[in-house]
Amino acid sequence: MPEISGYAFPNDITVWWSLMIVMYPYITGFVAGAFIVTSLYHLFGRQEFRPIARLAMATSFAFLLVAALPLQLHLGHPERGPSVMVTPNFTSAMAGFGILYSGYLVVLMLEIWFVWRQEIIARARRSRGVARGFYKLLALYTYDTSPEAIEIDHRAITVLAGIGLPMACMLHGYVGFIFGAIKANPWWSTPLMPVIFLMSAAVSGIALLIVLYQVVAKLTRHPSDQPCVSALARWLWFFLIITLTLELLEIIVMAYEKSEPWHIVSELLTTRLEFSYLSMQMIVGGLIPLILLAIVVMLNRYLHDRVRNTLSTAAALLCLLQVFSMRWNIVIGGQLLSKSLRGLRSPYEPEIFGREGVLAALALLIVPFVILWVFDRLLGIRVAPNGGERPPRPEPEGAASAAAE
Amino acid sequence: MEATKMQPGAETAGAGAATGDRSAGGGSRREFLGDAIRLSGGALVFLAGSSASGSTEPAPKTKAEAYNWEEHSYAYLIDTQKCIGCGSCVRACRAENAVPDGFYRTWVERYAVGMEGSHVDSPEGGMDGFPPLAVGFTVTKSFFVPKMCNHCKATPCIQVCPVGASYRTKDGVVMVDGERCIGCAYCVQACPYGSRFLNPSTHTAEKCTWCYHRITKGLRPACVEVCPTGTRQFGDMKREDDPVRQAIEHERVEILQAHLLTEPRCYYLHLDKEVR
Repeated sequence: MPEISGYAFPNDITVWWSLMIVMYPYITGFVAGAFIVTSLYHLFGRQEFRPIARLAMATSFAFLLVAALPLQLHLGHPERGPSVMVTPNFTSAMAGFGILYSGYLVVLMLEIWFVWRQEIIARARRSRGVARGFYKLLALYTYDTSPEAIEIDHRAITVLAGIGLPMACMLHGYVGFIFGAIKANPWWSTPLMPVIFLMSAAVSGIALLIVLYQVVAKLTRHPSDQPCVSALARWLWFFLIITLTLELLEIIVMAYEKSEPWHIVSELLTTRLEFSYLSMQMIVGGLIPLILLAIVVMLNRYLHDRVRNTLSTAAALLCLLQVFSMRWNIVIGGQLLSKSLRGLRSPYEPEIFGREGVLAALALLIVPFVILWVFDRLLGIRVAPNGGERPPRPEPEGAASAAAE
Repeated sequence: MEATKMQPGAETAGAGAATGDRSAGGGSRREFLGDAIRLSGGALVFLAGSSASGSTEPAPKTKAEAYNWEEHSYAYLIDTQKCIGCGSCVRACRAENAVPDGFYRTWVERYAVGMEGSHVDSPEGGMDGFPPLAVGFTVTKSFFVPKMCNHCKATPCIQVCPVGASYRTKDGVVMVDGERCIGCAYCVQACPYGSRFLNPSTHTAEKCTWCYHRITKGLRPACVEVCPTGTRQFGDMKREDDPVRQAIEHERVEILQAHLLTEPRCYYLHLDKEVR
């Protein structure tokens, strides 16, 4: 039995939204964040992101495939889960999940197809037997790589990126909305919530790509493209500043207004969430990477490649911690506080085994990387190395990649 | 006794309502209820006999139809000044509705208020009464406040249910369809009063139903039935002479967390500012 300090409503002592509901926004955050990066290249023409645009898109896809699992694992009746999609109650914010999820999945798969089309065709031409049939099917039996066809691909990619970006943002912003629009819980109920979720999604997505890019560079023994690394660090810094500002703003307004829930929220932050909020979310995951990234951004031209890689990777890892802590503090923190506003329950400790346990959560984090590996084996993610030089135009990546094979 | 309001034939009704479904009225639901009664009452044999002989009285179906949910609009009144914190209501609710241990469809809070502070407790939901008060300040007033689902008119729990398992009956009761609930706990989070929980054995949302299986038979909710002081009163807003309606119309009543605009249908008399 959890211990209560003060007075909690007798039904308010259970943490109903468990570790899985912490994992859910964490994972969809990667989906949205990685898509933001790929859109910076495909939609906004930021050439410096070319080396990781495909990695970002594949990452978004890999995490999207597992995004619904934590929800499913958390349900009291997982077998009835599909009824959220089949017979939704449209006044429920949660009912939007089915539409947003499947809509975004379709858009993302289409965009992936257009981006990888030439690669698929090249592989279909190269391979034999079953593999050939597989790639032929993937290419939809069309081997057209004429300049006109490629031009159409490019236009389709831009349009799909244009549709995909708001959808990815909505898929994640809506998670923030689910919390932000619960008026019963003062720690959740703020219109800032969807924005905070979205900005921290960008932080987690970029941070994950910085780490992934370094890992891929190590594995393939190809040095990472430094303009790309510094651009990622710059954008990570930008989004981290916005995220921290909004997160602090929420607290400061509540404190300055001396609003009704402040006495209990301040107690929550300084007792139950002291470690995860003050230490992790604000200092270790907030302030420290903020300083590290400031060094990378402001002293960029003086930094040795290795220093830049190390500093930005360290900052990115801390940012990943920051975003996880933020999800934890919102989801779990909000349930430690009783709606009586008079009491807090003892900290929540997730189970280890079981479908909502730590091991299941770890598996959910590992599976996307397995998907990424399979994706790479089947379609190839890496863009052709350019000897550190940036290509003049974002021309056929598929062709470039195929040429590298 | 309220039980004297019981409608003819109503003793066979409510077989479906007890499971929390929507069979209390209206076209096909009514037929369904009729079917359910025939089956559950063992009247099938009786009906088979009647169709063979063709000479018995009309089937109990017509009697079951005596309950029409459009003819009622329920409300609940709690006079906090009368509550003695005996916990009978919590025990009765537990017995009547098989409420799982550690969870509460209704509970009683004890407030101890002084100039230097306030203290609230509700050990086991007040089920076994309250131990002697031990607080570090001089208590200038102390009182009990029974709590339960407020059956709000503009309730967030129905709004947020992703599959429509939470719903309101036409007579104003908020219910959960246990057959449809997916156990996502969104409604539990959305209820400002902490009146919902997930049943650990069925894994679906559960809450006070105002003993819908009783009230549709003209009985009162179990908690009202056992309350020795008349703290808890149950009434029908569609009956002009109803004492609860009279009180709500003419007395100064309050509701819990009025600022959230959920329009509760549980009204309180003599509520203190400390109560949330």
